[in-house]
Amino acid sequence: MIFGESTLWYLSRATGVVSMVLLTVVVILGVVTAGRRRPDGASATVAMGIHRWLSMGMLVFLITHIITAIVDGFVNISWLAVVVPFISEYEPLLVGFGAIGVDLLVAILVTSFLRHRIAERNWRFIHWATYGMWLIAVIHGFSFGTADQPVLRLITLGCGVIGGLFASWRVATSFADRHRRTEIAAQEWS
Amino acid sequence: MPSSADHRRVAVDRILCSGHGVCAQTLPASIALDEWGYPIIVEDHVDADAGALAVKLCPARALFLR
Repeated sequence: MIFGESTLWYLSRATGVVSMVLLTVVVILGVVTAGRRRPDGASATVAMGIHRWLSMGMLVFLITHIITAIVDGFVNISWLAVVVPFISEYEPLLVGFGAIGVDLLVAILVTSFLRHRIAERNWRFIHWATYGMWLIAVIHGFSFGTADQPVLRLITLGCGVIGGLFASWRVATSFADRHRRTEIAAQEWS
Repeated sequence: MPSSADHRRVAVDRILCSGHGVCAQTLPASIALDEWGYPIIVEDHVDADAGALAVKLCPARALFLR
């Protein structure tokens, strides 16, 4: 039977894990775009295109994840708990982390859609929140990965480790454009 | 030639540009890169749709149409 009593529950967990992986890929592509010292056009363009459109693809999985978790009814999560943190009857702290992640994600998405209508510094400030949103998503996913499903937990852990490495690299690499402009200004002019 | 519905002029904000080189890929007939990877506009008249996509994909929001 395709649609058993646990179908929604499995669908929710599967889409949750896929969202985690896709989100991590999107974040890494953004991190690489922002931090690369000497980008070459072709890969920078591909990274930018995937960053923008995969984030939309990720949303499909995330929305399915949220809807199935609530509709399933195996655990008691209200619709309001999707956006208001810490009010869920089931695991208020962990569902709450998911809710904070959703709120940040909405802010990030709205500012990115309106990027050409708002000041660049405002967009940038909100976009920095992606690091926090991603970390919250990793905590939410890792803590929910139950002991009988080590693979799901390992995937989330892997996302956390790989994303963490890229974030550390981003901090270490400082600002590529500023660095390059200093280099150009310091060279000998004939 | 003035801007029209299907034809626009592309320009770069030099202060915002951080040299990712994406515009030279999205508008290869219009934009070349200098030796440091910053854009040189060769032909500023671009197709409106191609121009809009290039503006959208610029990571620094430094490209604009007028």
